[in-house]
This record gives sequence, C-alpha cells and structure tokens, in this order.
Amino acid sequence: MTYLAPKRHAGVYRYDDYDRQFLNERVAEYRGQVARRLNGDLTEDEFKPLRLMNGLYLQLHAYMLRIAIPYGALATHQLRGLARIGRRWDKGYGHFTTRQNLQFNWIRLEDTPEIMAELAAIDMHAIQTSGNCIRNVTTDQFAGAAPDEVVDPRVYAEILRQWSTIHPEFTYLPRKFKIAITGSANDRAAIRVHDVGLLAKRNAEGEIGFAVYAGGGLGRTPYLGAKISDWVGEQDLIAYLEAILRVYNQFGRRDNMYKARIKILVHQGGKQTFIDNVEAEFARIRGPKYRLDPAIVETIERNFAPPPFEELLAHSATFDRARREDAAFAVWARNNVRDHRAPGYASVTISLKPIGGVTGDITSDQMDLVADLADRHSFGEVRVTHEQNLVLAHVRQDDLYDLWKALDAAGLGTPNAGLITDLITCPGLDYCSLANARSIPIGQEIQKRFADQQRQQEIGDLKIKMSGCINACGHHHLGAIGILGVDKKGEEFYQITLGGNAELDGAIGDIVGAALPPDEAVDAVESIVDLYLERRQPGERFLDTLARIGMGPFKEKLYGAA
Amino acid sequence: MVLKAITANRLRDGAVVWLGPQGDWVERVEQAAVFDDATAQPALADAATSEAANIVVGVYAFEVEVVDGRPVPLRQRERIRAQGPSIRTDVGKQADALDRAA
Repeated sequence: MTYLAPKRHAGVYRYDDYDRQFLNERVAEYRGQVARRLNGDLTEDEFKPLRLMNGLYLQLHAYMLRIAIPYGALATHQLRGLARIGRRWDKGYGHFTTRQNLQFNWIRLEDTPEIMAELAAIDMHAIQTSGNCIRNVTTDQFAGAAPDEVVDPRVYAEILRQWSTIHPEFTYLPRKFKIAITGSANDRAAIRVHDVGLLAKRNAEGEIGFAVYAGGGLGRTPYLGAKISDWVGEQDLIAYLEAILRVYNQFGRRDNMYKARIKILVHQGGKQTFIDNVEAEFARIRGPKYRLDPAIVETIERNFAPPPFEELLAHSATFDRARREDAAFAVWARNNVRDHRAPGYASVTISLKPIGGVTGDITSDQMDLVADLADRHSFGEVRVTHEQNLVLAHVRQDDLYDLWKALDAAGLGTPNAGLITDLITCPGLDYCSLANARSIPIGQEIQKRFADQQRQQEIGDLKIKMSGCINACGHHHLGAIGILGVDKKGEEFYQITLGGNAELDGAIGDIVGAALPPDEAVDAVESIVDLYLERRQPGERFLDTLARIGMGPFKEKLYGAA
Repeated sequence: MVLKAITANRLRDGAVVWLGPQGDWVERVEQAAVFDDATAQPALADAATSEAANIVVGVYAFEVEVVDGRPVPLRQRERIRAQGPSIRTDVGKQADALDRAA
C-alpha cells in the first residue's frame, strides 16, 4: 500500500517510521486474530476483547467500526481515505461522534483486516476507541485559529496522544477514561464533563501551565469535574496525569461497573482525599523520567505552527459585497463563519445538521468534496467538532462565497451552526445496541418545527442535546434542553431536562417532569421555547431566562399547575 | 401465550439472522420459526450450538405476535433490527426488500 503524507501545512499529527512499523505490526496481529476467530480457534469470549481493542463493536444491524480521529484533526488525504473505506466496505456514509471520531455502521468482520490496513496507510487506526483505557483526547475545533486562544491545545493533545497510546500501565483501567483540553477560557471542548479536563493557560511570566479538573462525566451519575489543581506547569503535565491515572487505577472501583468511573472516586470517595493521593504520587514520581522535555514540546509545536497566512486586510470587500448581494449567503456567513486571529481569514463550520437529516452523518462523496475544498481553501486540514460538525479553520474571507456555493450545492450549506436546529443526537435505537429509544427521529422532528430561519435566529443560542439511553453519548445532561430516551414496557418515552451547559461555569440539567411519548416530547420542546420567547428580557439567552424565572413556569406549562 | 422467535448476528458479517423452521438461520424475520413457552427453551439450546460452531454470535429469544401467519416483533428494538434504521429506508433489510420488489 502506498503511504500518503499530510500536506505540509496541515495542523495534524505526524507519524514517524516507528509509529508506522507499530501500526503495520498491529494490523498483522489483528489479521491473525480475525482468521483464528473465523476458523474457530478463538471463541467469541476470547475474541470480543481483542476486536474491541481495535474499535470493532457488534451493534444492532452489523459490526460497527469506530475510528480514532486524534483531537478531531484530519489531513485531507485521511478524509479521502475514510471516504474510500465508506464506499468500498460500508454503505457510502459515516457518522461523526461527540468524541470527534468516525463510525461506520455496516462493517463485515471478514473485511476488517483490510480496512485496518487501509487505515494504517493513512496513519490512522481504531485502537483505544473502546475498552477501559485512555480514549481519544478531544479539543477545541477552533484551535490555532480562535482570537481568544491563549495556548494552542493541539500541541498538548498530541503530547497526550503519544503518552496515552498503548500505555502499558493504563490499558486495563477500572473503566474508560476520557481527556479533553482547551486553550481558551471560553471552553469549546466541554472539559468539565470529562474524566480529566485541562485548561491550558499562561501565568504572568508567560509560562504555560494547566488548570486540572477531574471527575467529570455524564452517564447515569452525571458530575461536573472538580478543579484539583489551578496550576500544573508544562514540564509536569505528564507526571501529574500519570499520578491521577495511577491513583484511579489503584483506588477506582472494579467491583461495580456503574461505580467504576473516576467521577465516583472523586465525588463519592472524597475530593480532598483524591487530591492528597494524587499529590503524594506526583511528589513521588516527579523527576527526569516524567519531565516533559521542552525540546519535545518545540518539535511538536512545529507540527502546529501557523500556516503561511497571506498578509490581508482585516475585512474583505469581496466578502462584504457577497453578503450584501446574496441573502442566503449572508445568513450562512452570520451563523457558520467565525472570526479568525489572522487578518482577512475566518473559520467555517460545515453543518452536518441539515433539517430533517441525520445528525453527524456524511456521505463518502461529501467527504471527498470537503477534502477538496480544504485543500483549496484551508491548508489541507479538516477538524471534527464534538457537536458533530466539521470545521475548516483557516479560510480567506475572499474565498468564503465560493466555498459556500460549493458546500451548498452538495447539501453542506445548512446555515444553522449554534442555532436550535444544530442539535446533538446519539445514534440511538436506530443503530446502537445499548439504546432504549431512538433519538435521531426526535431530533429530525424538532428540526422541522424550528426550520424557519427567522424563528431560529430569533431564538438564538439554545442547545438541544439528546441521548437514546442513560449512557449519555448525546450529552443530554448538558443541553439547555436535554432529552433522554427511555423504554417503558417496550415503548419509547422521552424525559426532558433544562439548564444544562457544557461551558466552564457549566451545569447538569434538571428533570422537568415525567417522561413523554414522542409526539408530546416534540410539542413540549416547542412549548418550552415559546415560553422562553414570551418571558425573556432583552439580551437574555435561554439559560439566562431559565436562571431568572426558574423551572416552575416551564413545569407548569408542560404539566399544568401542581 | 407468549410467542417467541430466536435471533443472533452472523459471525462473518454481523448480519441479523433468525432461526428458521428447519433449524437453519434465515435473513428475514418473516421466515423465522415461532416458538411457544414449551418449545422456546429447547430451541434456544439448539441455537446455541450454532454459536459454538462459530456460525452466529449473541443468540437470544424475543417476543413476537403472528400477523397473517408471519412473526412480527413486539418491541421497537427488534422491529428496527428486522427492518433497518427507521430514519434511512435505503439501508438495512428494508432496502433489501425494496431491491427484491424492483
């Protein structure tokens, strides 16, 4: 297989020969495991943990392969490779997840060794996308582009990728372990709902360090992460994380999988006890072995150096004229285009939330198109967001109109980034064997209710997040309006929560009342939004109005006076 | 009386299959055998031999009703397994049915 390298200025990880040799050996090992399973030398009980270590699940309709996209960053040749896999071995489409990964839903076990080889040829794999190990590190989709960024989190996400990949001590943790990192005080990576959340920042001397949150997580027992250190210096990052993982590995509960996540250890075992244990281990192991060498940091920083931006005026006359002359483009530009730190550039969100479509789904043809557009307009890189959209981070404002026309012609021009129809849904009962209820069809109905663009703009910032079971892959706890699908005697019902928020000062949503059947749940969402519009004061977001008037009026609207 | 059918996923490709009247594995729920309380447990035990023979994985029984002589799953989860995703009729077994009808 011919090896393809990322474009020179793409801000992505770069494999060396050692990485490639490891991946090729892993593919060969996996190929042998599959052969032994198919000829009966391995039982399902023996094979299942092996396939899961390679990201292969068995879902409702077929095997599902979850492919790791480190911190959501893709070089364009990788996106084309994923398109190729979708076309050849799946049904021509894939699904981007809330962990910035990609899932294929119709995979045949007997094809998976070839798929793994294809992935290895583009420096990708599906390792650690399942199992009780450190999963894909996630980060801000606008890293390296956002004006409010203090530290580029990709540098440290990459360091964590290298540290955590096949880390021998942390391959069999009590439960899975998720890390998110942001380099901006405006957290776009939801760091407080991860097992460990890192806020990269600078001190008065300009040195880089990290505020560390631990014990965040959703699922059946949702918690926001607790700050366990306000400052861990750059050179101590690995030692401190190693200490956290060691304490978790030693004291995390292995007797009950529902109490095995680190959040239980931190919040129910005692935050101060946890901190004391981490600090003691940190003091014990701190030293040359775990010190993050500045030379390594510098090497990795070079992979994420700003691409060669042209010297441009801050505002593009071409962009302004196109907005004046094309109202549809103006709406898209208003919602899907963000300011960039480089004059004359912008960051673009490609919505994967067409009205009535399937959240996060993308066809192979669309992947190829996005790759072509990223080569033409954004230095050969694409980012996946935890809100299941794509981002082209560095686009010349002069190019935005051409870019939008190309996207719109391919069904990728939905102008709803950040609006109520830009909702998160998990795959739910349409695909997932763990789900109790469908989530995508409810999301589609909600989208149709609020399809009117003017109404969406009027509603403004209101995030709806929906999960088909308590595992909360759709982050329902964090929705300003959250929806949880439940099973009542074989029928689908939906429980609504209000007030969730994934930002640094975030909150877990509160349940409004009894679960509702599907039609009533969609009606209820509309009633909630209508009440908000009726009661809001100028400038208030939904969360502001809710905080001011409380849950009572919403509860009364849905369920009548108590 | 509770009626049941028996299902699994085929090992090689993960496809949803059901235990047929001849003890074979069939690809359409309409072709599945139906068992009552007395016959379901022995049938499940027989089906488990296919798992041991590495033909299928994850064998279990689920409730059905018989409509026009054919088994229809009672629960949404099994209806979706039998047809495919409700939000994409172009994939899954429902799409196979369309292909055959064309």
